[in-house]
Amino acid sequence: MARIIVITSGKGGVGKTTTAAALSMGLAQRGKRTVVIDFDVGLRNLDLIMGCERRVVYDFINVINNESTLNQALIRDKRCDSLYILPASQTRDKDALHKDGVERVLTELADNYDFIVCDSPAGIEHGAYMAMYFADDAIVVTNPEVSSVRDSDRMLGILSSRSKRAETGQEPVREYLLLTRYDPLRVANGAMLSVDDVQDILSLRLLGVIPESKAVLSASNAGIPVILDRESDAGQAYGDMVARYLGDDVPHRFLHPEKKGLFSRIFKG
Amino acid sequence: MRDPAPAAVRLDAPAAQRLDDRRRPHSRLSRTPNTMAEKSTVSAHTAQSAGAFELKTSSFTLPVIRLFDADLEALALRLGAKVEKAPDFFRHTPVVIDLSELVKRQLTIALAPLIGLLRSYGMIPVGVRGGTREHAAAAEALELAVLRDAPTRRNAVASSTPAEPKTSAAPPKPIGPLTIADHPPTQQSDSAFMLITKPVRSGQRIYAAGGDLSIVAQVSSGAELMADGNIHVYGTLRGRALAGMSGNLEARIFCHDLQAELISIAGNYRVSEGIPSELRRVPVQVFLDHNILRIEKL
Repeated sequence: MARIIVITSGKGGVGKTTTAAALSMGLAQRGKRTVVIDFDVGLRNLDLIMGCERRVVYDFINVINNESTLNQALIRDKRCDSLYILPASQTRDKDALHKDGVERVLTELADNYDFIVCDSPAGIEHGAYMAMYFADDAIVVTNPEVSSVRDSDRMLGILSSRSKRAETGQEPVREYLLLTRYDPLRVANGAMLSVDDVQDILSLRLLGVIPESKAVLSASNAGIPVILDRESDAGQAYGDMVARYLGDDVPHRFLHPEKKGLFSRIFKG
Repeated sequence: MRDPAPAAVRLDAPAAQRLDDRRRPHSRLSRTPNTMAEKSTVSAHTAQSAGAFELKTSSFTLPVIRLFDADLEALALRLGAKVEKAPDFFRHTPVVIDLSELVKRQLTIALAPLIGLLRSYGMIPVGVRGGTREHAAAAEALELAVLRDAPTRRNAVASSTPAEPKTSAAPPKPIGPLTIADHPPTQQSDSAFMLITKPVRSGQRIYAAGGDLSIVAQVSSGAELMADGNIHVYGTLRGRALAGMSGNLEARIFCHDLQAELISIAGNYRVSEGIPSELRRVPVQVFLDHNILRIEKL
């Protein structure tokens, strides 16, 4: 039985799709059978980040409407055998998602996979609601700034009251915080909220802190999940996040500005 | 002078009653007696004649005459004595007649002579409450308002109709439009007491109808707490807290760490800006002192 993870935030542009791509790739690389679903119907992006945009034939909405089978729509990742992508439709809108259809697809997937990662659209409207409704776990992606934090807080409220688990009185959705675009230098200057500031407001289990990194943009443009870039700090931070999600005790890194030592100053400078 | 029937009438002087309750069945705001605050502008902006008038609800404190006996003569004597002591108090004073005790004792009273009696003492009877259906019909025939029962019965009414939006207990004017949220995950209590152990997130609303609300977690900014009784927050309060929603002036807000956006007791509110910085981030209690909202360190 698969565990359904929703990547959500409320606010747009905080790194949900990047995180969904990194998490699903990270899980698959550890041998977990993983499928990642793009819920952002009409604004399809995940296929680009995953680098499979040229192979999209059928999509999530086709499957919901019984216009194709699930196997026809699923795209196997070329880099990792246990990772599949279910792209969103670019020509439809969020109303094409409906609870019964989504549930049917998720149930069908649940038998064959260990993890189903749902990449939520921004906002708290229908698309985001559909993405989170069946979730077992939620990773709330937040940038260290006040509006993102408030939107995340709102999303957490919705998760705890309107998810299927909440409505049916089951054990609540497990909620994790992922701080992205974290700039330790600006935090040190006081120009950005610190991990502690955000935790003070949201008080959630911290799954990871992803530093602001140029590697993210170049990886996205190249269609390679940034977690595959093991050289980059962001790639390593995502690797840590996946390990933590699976229960490993990994210390948080990249929280403080790098102190430049004498050698690096001499040799790099 | 003949001694009248023992306690034939009792004057609940400061008990409040809303005048306009039944007259506007669509008003969702007028369910709470006693609040001093003006509630909200109903339709001033929509009407074409926007400049001609403004339709508002507001509440008034009125004396309520609770009848314990249907004997008009005894009542007249007893009342006469009262009025003699303080004639100015009763002159042109709107009063509400409470018939609930009579109904309990299965007594009935003719309203018309009673109204005449009250008028003869200078009072202006404006409505009745707590009577039987016959009383209500008689009151309507006399062009009197039929008012809601006392707040003690609100609970029963509220819990039997859970579908009814709880916006009835409306917060004071400035936040009125904002609180009618799209689909507020409002929680309601069946008992008079309510305990929340999980964080109250932005956008969530919690209303403890008829009692106290205790929260042993944080309350985020953008969240809203409401209670007819006291509100206790054993965590950081960053959202809004409105105690004494049904007009209980004795209600208080206790909180471990005050960073609230708004605090209100029985409609007397203060926004974040008005909270002195030395009272922020410390344990405090908020209460009414002669209708003035006070915040005190604990």
